[in-house]
Amino acid sequence: MSKWIQLAILAALIVILPFFFPSGYYYRIGALVFVNGIAVLGLVILIGFAGQISLGHAGFAGIGAYACALAPEQFGLHPAFALLLGAALSAGIAALIGRPILRLKGYYLAVATLGFGILVAMTIQNERALTGGPDGMAVEELGLRDLLRDLGWRVSGGEFWYGVCGIALLIGAWIALNLRDSPTGRAMRALHGSEIASRTLGIDVARQKLVAFVISAVFASVSGSLLALQNRYITPDVAGFMHSIELVTMAVLGGAGSVMGGIFGAAILTLLPQVLTVLADYEQVVLGAIMVTVMIFMPQGLLPSIARRLRRTRK
Amino acid sequence: MDAFLQFVFSGLTVGAVYALVALGFTLIYNASDVVNFAQGEFVMLGGMITWFAHDAGLPLAAAALIAIALTSLVGVALNKLAIEPARGAPVISIIIITIGASILIQGAAQLIFDKQIHRYPAFSGDAPIEVMGATILPQSIWVILGALAVFVALWLFFTRTLMGKAVLATANNRLAAQLVGINTGGIMTLSFALSAAIGALAGVLVTPITLVSYDVGVALALKGFAGAMLGGMGNPKGALVGGLVLGLLEALTAGYLSSQYKDAVAFIVILGVLFVMPQGLFGKTAAERV
Repeated sequence: MSKWIQLAILAALIVILPFFFPSGYYYRIGALVFVNGIAVLGLVILIGFAGQISLGHAGFAGIGAYACALAPEQFGLHPAFALLLGAALSAGIAALIGRPILRLKGYYLAVATLGFGILVAMTIQNERALTGGPDGMAVEELGLRDLLRDLGWRVSGGEFWYGVCGIALLIGAWIALNLRDSPTGRAMRALHGSEIASRTLGIDVARQKLVAFVISAVFASVSGSLLALQNRYITPDVAGFMHSIELVTMAVLGGAGSVMGGIFGAAILTLLPQVLTVLADYEQVVLGAIMVTVMIFMPQGLLPSIARRLRRTRK
Repeated sequence: MDAFLQFVFSGLTVGAVYALVALGFTLIYNASDVVNFAQGEFVMLGGMITWFAHDAGLPLAAAALIAIALTSLVGVALNKLAIEPARGAPVISIIIITIGASILIQGAAQLIFDKQIHRYPAFSGDAPIEVMGATILPQSIWVILGALAVFVALWLFFTRTLMGKAVLATANNRLAAQLVGINTGGIMTLSFALSAAIGALAGVLVTPITLVSYDVGVALALKGFAGAMLGGMGNPKGALVGGLVLGLLEALTAGYLSSQYKDAVAFIVILGVLFVMPQGLFGKTAAERV
């Protein structure tokens, strides 16, 4: 499917879905899907394109989230600039640790990124004076909604963040789709196929891996910032190990190789807990079983597997 | 000096548990190239089932044996239902499968048992033993001896028995092992059963000290994984040393620097080691096949 058709479908879904929302609460869930989707797009680039593993990307989400919480409070920075600051900080840290970390492969890369994520989460948790520790801290209002109201456009908080995050997701998807077929994206996908072969072809493997790592860190950071700004409150869970796992699972479950697959995975895994609350105590068992079965029977992820099945029946 | 010795004792106790988890990791990794993130759940099951059976009126020893046997069955089921069907899947899929299994086992434990924190009495009482000005719990000695015994038993198994050599052969080259008549499927089953039993034993031994609840597994799996990596993945000696070093580092950091950041130091050391020696302390450098 061409890039523009995919983007058009995504945009249409974002616009049309609210007409079916029974209550304002669904705007919040929609916005949460988009926020997770942004972080997952980063992982699609890192895991799906470049074939590198990260079990610590929530660490970057934590940096983005706490940049939006701390920078306005400490330096009086506007939250919108705090988001950019967080993204720049995440990119810088990713570039710094990326070089030594990305020399590692497979499980060794997994444990190194995991260690990074845990270190960030632990710092946030332990610096109580600054971050409020495990209790979390309040985040300043973005202020854009007041601006819209002054212009005579009244929107509820839910609708506003649904729109903002939806637009951010569209931009993210546009970037990821463009990257996919750019020389950089092709080099990433080549090294995913075979590192040695792509090195033989003259691709700077270490550099391409680093580029993928830095881009994915920025996506995760922006996702964390939007989450903080939207909830007006943030806890260290955003940087925690389980959040890292959630993000990776979304990417791989939906189909890490494809941009739309990643977003689909984010939607499924964000909605699933909402549905599973009906099951109360059985929630964890069902979630675990779904993760195992999908990975066994659809190793390419949900969306690519479904698409292939549809194509086959059409023939 | 007394304080130092005290930290060493507590470090060795925690380290012995990490070492047991790491040894379990190593067994499964060698047989199947899988890092089993559900390894910590075996420890949880060991403690939980022992408590449950003991609470139901069984003597502690019998309860512990039942726990180890049942956990082995869970290990075998994990292999048959989740790992074998996904043979050849990429590393990232395997990670998600075993984490999914870990969430599933936790959920099941929460349903079958409960969400409370439990403990049962220590094996040889709670009176601390004094050693050169420091004290050590008798149960700590059980844990440390348990880890050493498992290590020695594994070493004898791998070097002295035909079965153990068959496991090593499978780890080395599955196809070649199959060609000389080794039942590699059976070896996988055996490795998962053994690994789960070792995890359960760790749970049985340490619960009187650290207590048990349905959610203790994840943290243990991460530490055990880190310990195994520190020593070099797939090497039993590395797993033992890596686990013990990790425990000691944590205890010394908690004692001399900051108890809040004790977990951080472990990961900083691992990052440092991996940067300098990407294969861990005892790992072999592997060349990529083209």
